[in-house]
Order: sequence, then C-alpha cells, then structure tokens
Amino acid sequence: MKIWDLHCHLSGVPGDEPEERIGRLVEIAGRMGIERLCVYMGMQWSKDPEPAKFRRENDEVLRAIAKYSKQTFGFVYLNPKHTEASLAELERCVANGPMVGVKLWVAQRCSAKELDPIIRRAAELKAVIFQHTWFKVNGNDPGESTPLDMAELAARHPDVPLICGHTGGDFERGIRAIRGFKNVFADLAGSEPCAGYTEMAVRELGADRVIYGSDAGGRSFASQLAKVFGADVPDAAKELIFSGNLQRLMTPILKAKGITP
Amino acid sequence: MAAALAHPHDTCAGETQPAVTNSTELIDTNVSLHRWPFRRLPLDETPALVAKLRANGVTQACAGSFDALLHKDISTVNARLAEDCDRHGKGMLMPFGALNPMLPDWEEDLRRCAEVHGMRGVRLHPNYHGFKLADPIFERVLQLASERSLAVQIAVSMEDERTLHPLVNVPPTDTAPLAPLLQKFPQARVQLLNAFRTLRGAPLQVLAKAGARFEIATLEFVAGVDKMLAEIDPATLLFGSGSPFYYFESAKLKLKESALTDAQLAAVSNRNARFFLGRC
Repeated sequence: MKIWDLHCHLSGVPGDEPEERIGRLVEIAGRMGIERLCVYMGMQWSKDPEPAKFRRENDEVLRAIAKYSKQTFGFVYLNPKHTEASLAELERCVANGPMVGVKLWVAQRCSAKELDPIIRRAAELKAVIFQHTWFKVNGNDPGESTPLDMAELAARHPDVPLICGHTGGDFERGIRAIRGFKNVFADLAGSEPCAGYTEMAVRELGADRVIYGSDAGGRSFASQLAKVFGADVPDAAKELIFSGNLQRLMTPILKAKGITP
Repeated sequence: MAAALAHPHDTCAGETQPAVTNSTELIDTNVSLHRWPFRRLPLDETPALVAKLRANGVTQACAGSFDALLHKDISTVNARLAEDCDRHGKGMLMPFGALNPMLPDWEEDLRRCAEVHGMRGVRLHPNYHGFKLADPIFERVLQLASERSLAVQIAVSMEDERTLHPLVNVPPTDTAPLAPLLQKFPQARVQLLNAFRTLRGAPLQVLAKAGARFEIATLEFVAGVDKMLAEIDPATLLFGSGSPFYYFESAKLKLKESALTDAQLAAVSNRNARFFLGRC
C-alpha cells in the first residue's frame, strides 16, 4: 500500500542540523514503507512563538525539505496571535515557496476569530490546514484547542477542508465532536495505538475522512502504522487512510505548484 | 554473548551457553484478558486474542486480567484467569495473577497463585489499588513473591493519563522506590509494564542497573528499540504488546523499525523473557 505520513517533526530525531534529522527520518520511514512525510515545526519548539521564532522554525523545515524534496512536503507553522506576520509567512512559504500546508498548534484556540483571515488565505492558496487538538482530562494548555474548537472553526468555514490534529487524543470524544462537520478530517497521529480507534473513526466518519499520520520523531512510525495495519476495516479503507485521502486533499495545491507526487 | 546478556537477577545465572532461540519467535510479556472497564476492545474475547497472537508468531504470553483493576474479589479474578488461560491458550497463555495488598487476606491470594494455580508470576496495579512502591506493604509483597520464586510485573500505568476516565483519574506509579528494594532482594525478578510513557533518562537507567526489566509496549521515538538498547542493559528489554488494549502490530512493527542484529532481535523477542520467566 502507498503510505504518506501527514504528521512528522524534526524534534525527537538525532542530528544537529535539519538536513541530518530529515535524513534519519526519511531513512527509517523508508524501512517502514512510507513514501512521503509532511514535516512541520523546527528542531526546538515554541508553544507561543514570536514571528521571528516561527520564521526560524519554518526556515529549518525549508532546509529539510529542500534536501529531500521527493520524500517530503512542508507545512508552514503559524501563530494566529500574530495575524499579519502569519499572513506574511503564508505568502513567503506557501504562495511564493515550496510549502503546501499550514500547521497551527497551541498558541491560541482555533475557535478564535483571529484565525479567520489565515484560514481564508490558506484556502485561497489551496493549502492543507492542520490544527492540533486534544481533550486532556486534567485540563488543556490555555491556547490548546479541543475538537469542539475545531467544530466551531469548521462551522465558520464549511467549504474549507480542515484536519483535526490527533482527533483530540481521546478519540472516543474527538470523533464524535467532529462527526457532523463534513469538512473536518481525523488525523490518527500521535496518540497511543488503542485498538478500536480506527474502526470507530471509519464507522462514524467514513473512511474518506480519516488520515494516517505518525507524529514522528516523538512517536514511532510503528505504533501509528499499527492503527491502520491492525484495524479491522477493509483494505480499500486502509488505502484511503494511508494515502488516498491526503493525496486528494493535496492535489489542488500540488497541481498549482506543478508538483507531481 | 551469554555473559553479556545474562542479568544479575536471572535465576538461570551461571549458564554459560546461550539457549538456542529462534529470532522470530515472540514471547509477549504484556497481554491481558477479560474486560477493559471503560470500553469493549476488538480482541477482548480470549479465543480471538489467542488466534491473533498465534498468527503473529507469539508462542508464549504473560496474561493478566483487566478485571483485577477494579474488582475486589481478586481470588475469583485469578481463578477465572487461570481457567481461561488453560481452556483457550493451553501451553501459550501463562496466567499472571493479580495481588491487591490493600485488600484483606491478600497473602492467601499469593499462596493460591503459587500453589493452587501454579502461576509463574503475579501482576500488580499499584495506581488502581491505592498503594505506592515506597509503602512497607509493597516490600512485603516483593519479599513473599521472591521466597516463592514468583516473577513480579508492575503495571506503571494502563493508559495515557491525559485520556483517563475522569472518575478513575489515577496517576502513573512512581517507580523510584523500586531500585533500593531490588538491591535488598537480589533474587527478585521484577518487570515494569507500560513504563516508557513516564520513565526516561537517569531514573530509567538507575532501575535498569538495579535489575528491573521493561517491555516495549509503550516505547516510542523513531527506531525506539535501537535507541533504548543503547541506553540500558540490553538484557533488560523484553517484548510486550499491551494487547488487546493496543493494536498488536504496534509492538511487532517496532522490531522492524529499528535496525537490530539477529542477536538483538532474538534477545528482545524471546531470550530475555526466558531468563525473566526462569525458562532458560
């Protein structure tokens, strides 16, 4: 099966430079049969970065994907608290650069109106939009979105595909939170390989709304691939989850950039 | 090679020839039967779990019971565990009965595990049972288990603490008090299950040096097995899947993700477990 990994990072991987780290990731991913990695955020993370910081992180990813352009895609990391700087970065890295997606993390809840200009511009560029979410039983970080925040954002932008990062971690709640919003996709990455997760996602959302990702290097590829390989769902569903859905979401921007995957 | 891989707490210590092992045979030290309290799992019927394990090359598995987490009648939990292992997985499923030392008459449960059910080991859930490894009662458990040559598994956690049911919000077990106890009871064979979510760096190395074993069900990072074998005594890392709570494929694929030598693969897959179980 063709496998594209929606969700990879340079952190948690040995190496002093982005090129070293991405090389290691690509090597190990190849061993596991993964053809393409979507990479975002730099070698050292910041939860609420100033523009200079998120620009530096994006520069690291640009270096990484330049070295392995056939095996990687880059997403631009933005901070909605700095709307104008984020829009400028979107122009630099996506409109005028090689990146094909947007990564939003924990600086601000995604239900906030500050995200709207970013979402609109990303949609114009046909960029894939990825927002981290989690339901933490002991409380989220102040700016950390839940899938319910994602649902609010999705309702304001019903024609824009949005990816619910981690599907809230607590998948039993996360899947149900996004079920009714057909423009929202479930990212399988970065939570424990709990048996039944993918089965529930396919049952409630449909196989065409579920996307494989790993959250490597902090997670193994193994534990996250297992969520699909080990799931009791048809092979046709696995093919969609492993690459079909992500490739479909990416096709418009790849065509616009003249990239043949 | 045998000397390098022998472990200070091995009951087979002194063996000079390595046992002949098949590098692809798996001994799974972390499976559970019966019902996870918070939702149904795809393989929570024992025949289905056994079929899955066998299909993936597992020849032996240490099986605890999910019922042990919250049931008070531990004796029945263990009797049912022994019976189901025998009925559905004879020769493959090795029951590891639970002990809850916070309940009355727990020492009788220990006796029954050893003398009635012939178990090779016991499994503890300190965070669900309300005791700490620093408590005198745990030292008593370790002492009695060692006197009976029972292996002891300690489940550090059973799931990601961020996704716990809010009414059963139990923090992971603090493993720091274990190291001095392993030195006090050099014959004890202790394995930590589901440890790698919370146990890293210096505290991990202290425990490994003291003789604790671990398993890979919650081991993460890319090529995590490789990475861990470079950090701790390779004789202390065992195969464990956490099935059926986790997809079995997670643990199995971890062996592929790391570039292991044949010797390393055999050690993690089965050889280290044989020493832990006293089945050299």
